[in-house]
Amino acid sequence: MSLDTATVRRVASLARIRVEESELPRLEAELNGILGWIEQLQAVDTSSVEPMAGGGNQALRMREDRVTDGDMQEKVLANAPDRAGAFFAVPKVVE
Amino acid sequence: MTAPTDFTLAGARAALARREISAAELTRAHLAAIEALNPRLNAYISATPELALAQAEAADAALARGEGRALTGIPLAIKDLFCTAGTRTTAGSRILGNFVPPYESTVSGNLLRDGAVFLGKANLDEFAMGSSNTTSAFGPVENPWKREGEAETFLVPGGSSGGSAAAVAARLALGATATDTGGSIRQPAAFCGIAGIKPTYGRCSRFGIVAFASSLDQAGPVARTVEDCAILLGSMAGFDPKDSTSADIAVPDFAAACARGVKGLRIGIPREYRLDGLPAEIAALWEQGMAWLKAEGAELVEISLPHTKYALPTYYIVAPAEASSNLARYDGVRFGLRENGEDLKDLYERTRAAGFGEEVRRRILIGTYVLSAGYYDAYYLKAQQVRALIKRDFDQAWEKVDAILTPATPSAAFGRDEKQDDPVAMYLNDVFTVTANLAGIPGLAVPAGQDVKGLPLGLQVLGKPFDEETVFAVGGAIERAAGFTALPALRAAA
Amino acid sequence: MSYTIEGETGPWELVIGLEVHAQVTSQAKLFSGAATEFGAEPNAQVSFIDAGFPGMLPVINRECVAQAVRTGLGLKAQVNLWSRFDRKNYFYADLPQGYQISQYQHPVIGQGEIEIELADGTTKMVGITRLHLEQDAGKSLHDQHPSKSYIDLNRSGVALMEIVSEPDMRSPEEAGAYLTKLRQILRYLGTCDGNMEQGSLRADVNVSVRKAGEGFRTRCEVKNVNSIRFVMQAVEAEARRQIEVWESGGVVEQETRLFDTTRGVTRSMRSKEDAHDYRYFPDPDLPPLVLEQTWVDELEAALPELPDARRARYVGEFGLTPYDAHVLTLEKETAAFYEAVAKGRDPKMAANWVTGDFFAGLNRTGHSIGDSPVSAGNLGSLLDLIKDGTLSGKLAKEVLEAMFETGKPPSAIVEERGLKQVTDTGAIEAVIDDVMARNADKVAEFRSGKEKLFGFFVGQTMKAMQGKGNPALVNDLLKQKLAG
Repeated sequence: MSLDTATVRRVASLARIRVEESELPRLEAELNGILGWIEQLQAVDTSSVEPMAGGGNQALRMREDRVTDGDMQEKVLANAPDRAGAFFAVPKVVE
Repeated sequence: MTAPTDFTLAGARAALARREISAAELTRAHLAAIEALNPRLNAYISATPELALAQAEAADAALARGEGRALTGIPLAIKDLFCTAGTRTTAGSRILGNFVPPYESTVSGNLLRDGAVFLGKANLDEFAMGSSNTTSAFGPVENPWKREGEAETFLVPGGSSGGSAAAVAARLALGATATDTGGSIRQPAAFCGIAGIKPTYGRCSRFGIVAFASSLDQAGPVARTVEDCAILLGSMAGFDPKDSTSADIAVPDFAAACARGVKGLRIGIPREYRLDGLPAEIAALWEQGMAWLKAEGAELVEISLPHTKYALPTYYIVAPAEASSNLARYDGVRFGLRENGEDLKDLYERTRAAGFGEEVRRRILIGTYVLSAGYYDAYYLKAQQVRALIKRDFDQAWEKVDAILTPATPSAAFGRDEKQDDPVAMYLNDVFTVTANLAGIPGLAVPAGQDVKGLPLGLQVLGKPFDEETVFAVGGAIERAAGFTALPALRAAA
Repeated sequence: MSYTIEGETGPWELVIGLEVHAQVTSQAKLFSGAATEFGAEPNAQVSFIDAGFPGMLPVINRECVAQAVRTGLGLKAQVNLWSRFDRKNYFYADLPQGYQISQYQHPVIGQGEIEIELADGTTKMVGITRLHLEQDAGKSLHDQHPSKSYIDLNRSGVALMEIVSEPDMRSPEEAGAYLTKLRQILRYLGTCDGNMEQGSLRADVNVSVRKAGEGFRTRCEVKNVNSIRFVMQAVEAEARRQIEVWESGGVVEQETRLFDTTRGVTRSMRSKEDAHDYRYFPDPDLPPLVLEQTWVDELEAALPELPDARRARYVGEFGLTPYDAHVLTLEKETAAFYEAVAKGRDPKMAANWVTGDFFAGLNRTGHSIGDSPVSAGNLGSLLDLIKDGTLSGKLAKEVLEAMFETGKPPSAIVEERGLKQVTDTGAIEAVIDDVMARNADKVAEFRSGKEKLFGFFVGQTMKAMQGKGNPALVNDLLKQKLAG
């Protein structure tokens, strides 16, 4: 599998990273280099192998249903690049 | 008298307990060393002298009251991936801008609980992605070691915990926190001639550590001796209900295990780690390590880890995939850098293009691609299956051996301008370390020798899940046998 | 005859499936300890986890899992003892982490079913495909500023159950009945408050149309419809739009649309344009959710009786009409009220009073059962007063009216107003004697065979007694006296 320019553009858009047209060829070559190298995995027989999803073996631990967090408007908003009163603000979104 | 910066962590602790030195003196000596050397080494992104001195004074008061704890008055560097309440945390990235976390990571909080003094935030590869500490938005870190006769060649300290390792090697801290996703503790430790351990996945809480790849990330210490690492890990580790992957397993006395010896232990030597083209001096050091352990009464057992060669490609699917998702939160809305755009999407794209460096962008794109519709099974699912096989290799090995000995890295520290144009060549640095992350097992790097140019080389000890004690025992034995006393060219009081 | 919409090319069938997002009733959020209460100050119920800050990690709330399991049991669905959380990746201003933690491949609840009731009295089974747990996003406000959207993360991280139906519905009515029934079950279980105005229950409506005998055509999803009435309207509006597209030679594109409630039409949703590739993968921060069968059994044993079972019991045990049983079980609160009234009393009489005068009283005074001035205990006491002959039915209605106005128990009202029914035979006989004396001509007519006049005497007697005469006694005594 190898990436073409259109795919690189689409992936960059999905990842929300602006890529200038002039950067595309180099990026395409680099990504293809990495993907080509990764390709060797296809040689491994993994039929009937359960995928390993996490780093550990345990089951999910559950916490009790108690309010222990929140109620700190200012701390949550303190690092915001733009805010309006108690809201975060972004350029207007059209739905 | 020993210079305060030349103490081992254990030695400093003893001197503090005997009141031969005050925490304030110890801290001032380190702050002076940072002031003198950091402009060149760039090991710290932010030094926090006022905070450190205040903590040192509090430590002296606690010691005077007889309330010293495991690390009271011990000056440490904190990798700038650990959120520290009230102190800017950057992850080595422009995108975090001037982010000041209102919270403390569990691991750094555990160190504070035990009385540690924080000298500052250590440099790192951006978002811990790198093996040379050259991807930091705050500039590269210089390895304090020099090739013989090349005093001016800028060598990398390894990465991603390059700032932590360089700071400890150059005596700008007695120890440091670090994190390891594919080798980011062990490779820089080896490059800088110090020790470092990545514990079992789940041993240290990930809460408050800027995430790179959640299923692989583990925090651990770097320090100048194996025992110092054991002392630090003893404080850093422990169950944390705020991390669903934290293991609810008691923390043993790691420091006590360092002197245990290896008599009767079965040490595995994995056949597949004898790579084609492995430098002769690395192979020789490995042989030397085997000989030392055998001499100490261990039994050497050749083992097979057949899927080793697939570990790096597996890692370069799993880690970027998780990273592409973990780094989606850096969007310029709630914290960090924002580049304005004509609409929300444009704002995201400009912010993330300007905020992330080249390597981070590359990995996000790879990760996004391997998870995208139509490719998930071929890449991500396949990698998860191969990962299961890699773990199975180790599970089978543990039936025959108690620990495994390998080289830590395939080379000594390299120059800043080497290996930079080919991402894959750079990725190969982690060839010996990455399997431990995929399998979730502990791995320790110990300085064991030098290459022909005088640069340090390390050996790696791998252990069973949650059996760091055996890893420390083996590491301690290697350390004693190696008697590694070489010093870096750039260091405090030198 | 099944429901169709008539187009230029003839009749079209509708195929409808619903994805319902139900906010789980819990104190704290799914993965953080922040509160879930509605109506707080913006961003006041937000933890750093909900705001997607660096290094923050999710820890699951046991009660939210329990609520999902209860709901699954209530839908007669498979409870999966092993399930897993995945990340659904997309960028949006009110999605702080850049992904939603959801369950994609392995939901906690598998297949189930719901029986819906239709206006013609028939019922129909609608399949449940799955139920999974996921986080809600925050809220974007687009109308506060000319060039900015405002973001409030109070909802971010609140637990939702996404309940997906099979595409089994064929008319707006069925879609409405399904949502009504689902809401009823959730409210009975106490797993979701069902409050659609506050957004606790929202539906994504999948609609396609087809000609009789065809397979499925392309469907469109109408997002976030927030009332049962709007669901029914959205189904019809979207079906009509698709029919028009097909009939004008066009092709319906699979897309996400919004229902414009003021204009009654659906429109394409621009912001979702390129959100198709969600890059799901297992959330590495969360190990698998593994449930103990014994825990599931405990939850099942503690489940409340559900509407279908309760309705059957009302018909079978209490002898109520299916209609009354249906009305009384629509809301859990109504059923509980009714059962409190009926306890130890005649259940049919209790049903008549609750569905009749009591409901009318609520309507008239603008109350709901939750804040009714007449308690179940007081209504029960009123029935007791009828039963022991203290009040006639007519008087009881008057007393109930006064109870709605004052909230007082019936005995107090009877006392204050002197409404007590007269059961003293002597007193009644005296009145009857007087009535007969004043109407001697009518007495004669009656005795000569004009028995219809009996009603006249009852009326006169009751009138003279201001309605307080015990009707049975009045009847008996009149019969005796008139017989001579």
